[in-house]
Amino acid sequence: MSFNVLASTLGTMAPAEGFPPTPEIFWQPLFSVAGVSITRAMVVAAISVVGIAWWLVATTQRAAVVPSKGQFFTEGVYGFVRNGIAKDMIGSKDFLRFVPLLFSLFIFILVNNLFGIVPFIQMPTMSRIGFPIALVLVVYVVYHGIGIKKHGLAGYFKFLVPGGLPGWIVPFIFVLEFITFFITRPLTLALRLFGNMFAGHMLLVVFIVGGWELFLADSFFLKLAALPAWVLAFAFTLFEGLVQFLQAYVFTLLAASYIGGALADEH
Amino acid sequence: MEGNLSLVGYGLATIGPAIAVGLIFAAYINGVARQPESGKLLQPIAILGFALAEALAIFGLVLFFL
Repeated sequence: MSFNVLASTLGTMAPAEGFPPTPEIFWQPLFSVAGVSITRAMVVAAISVVGIAWWLVATTQRAAVVPSKGQFFTEGVYGFVRNGIAKDMIGSKDFLRFVPLLFSLFIFILVNNLFGIVPFIQMPTMSRIGFPIALVLVVYVVYHGIGIKKHGLAGYFKFLVPGGLPGWIVPFIFVLEFITFFITRPLTLALRLFGNMFAGHMLLVVFIVGGWELFLADSFFLKLAALPAWVLAFAFTLFEGLVQFLQAYVFTLLAASYIGGALADEH
Repeated sequence: MEGNLSLVGYGLATIGPAIAVGLIFAAYINGVARQPESGKLLQPIAILGFALAEALAIFGLVLFFL
């Protein structure tokens, strides 16, 4: 109510096309081939794969004992995943065979997330739910696969329940653990990445488009209010960079911890 | 004023995870302040706890759109 009074005293605002922003802004088909739409997110993902491949080949092709700057940087990122995530979470016995998977996941998610704040691209791929689901499917198959391989199919289900419990409580714990392992874990893993990228992108759109709407309003004071909106948009872009890195880290960390949990001998 | 009441509900729902994330990092900072060399050990644990608490807020966001 009071907002209407405020608006009428400050001047009228004509809502323009695409304002306020809705989740539809994430559906951006560029062109379609044989009825399949190629969206902006798909193009960004393809660019990221090419970019990552070029980066890794270029910096490791002539690997030397005394590394060049590029090789040093790549080794730093690799070492971060290898020692900071895989070794800590899986344990020093059999972490090494999962490092390639975790490293690929980490840099793929990181580069795709960072595209959300790269000027002129500004599309976090993972804000389309299909991409996180595909990545989580890989992790899901891997951690159940190695768990079943290690404990056997019946042993894996027995392994879900921690030992030393009174008999009557075992069925309840089994149901709880079963839901955790097979439903909650993949669901949260996919939704966390998706939700963060989606919400972050929406936030930036609200501040930038909202600032533009304020700027277009026919009142001097509303035009003035556009400035703090854009300053906040800039601040949130920096904040998004932090969140994007953190989410890539968290996804890899959780994937490693699920793998480590499936490989553990005892609960 | 127009709008959707579930938006307000989601805003209220984020308070819980927000407090949880605050508590987790408060505990992390306390731990590191008492014993600086434990920082490296505690960091993945803190971030893991943060991610799990934050998942609840993300659930709320998804449910809002359902």
